[in-house]
Amino acid sequence: MSTALVWSIDAALVLLGLAMACGAFRMLWGPRAQDRIVGFDSLYVSAMLLLLTFGIRTGSMLYFEAALMIALLGFVGTVAFAKFLLRGEVIE
Amino acid sequence: MNGAQELPVLSVILTAVLLIGGAAITLFGALGLLRLRTFYERAHAPTLGTTLGTGCIAAASMIYFSTLGTWPVLHEVLVIGFVTVTTPVTLTILVRAALLRDRFENAGDVAQNGGRSSLKGIRPNPSE
Repeated sequence: MSTALVWSIDAALVLLGLAMACGAFRMLWGPRAQDRIVGFDSLYVSAMLLLLTFGIRTGSMLYFEAALMIALLGFVGTVAFAKFLLRGEVIE
Repeated sequence: MNGAQELPVLSVILTAVLLIGGAAITLFGALGLLRLRTFYERAHAPTLGTTLGTGCIAAASMIYFSTLGTWPVLHEVLVIGFVTVTTPVTLTILVRAALLRDRFENAGDVAQNGGRSSLKGIRPNPSE
């Protein structure tokens, strides 16, 4: 793999890690519950993109499946949290 | 990763630019999550990452694996489509929940009825 591609992949990994840190900050110190849920949403999307980038780094397609799984479960989790805030219970 | 020395220059440049661009756009969205003041402003910021960031990084992955192998790899379209479909659903439910909570507690900048409501010009206020 050419050196320029390795450097750009590493830089993208660092940027996505900083994005994950911002989402984690909003999830941990959010003033209200909905802020924490928005932080969680941003966190899992950044983690999914980090896994896609890491899959390019290692040249393996396995990370793609993990990224798809994170997207699915993150969507279900966020909708469950939002439904809980809206109605007081998840499954009525 | 030993068999990738013969990658074409164009695909390397495209992959690198799309990766850096997508990661930077995602970081800008997450920084907006830190800097904006109210929840209703903050809910908009991470969608930068879910639309353009995901599109750029998935396109980079498609270009890289397509030039690495012998046939086009298009799995990442699944990620783009799924994230594009699910993000509006999630944020609509979440903002509706936040609006309900703010109205219930009479908090924030949320009008109860009439007042500064955005529906004022659309729906006639029955008390007027």
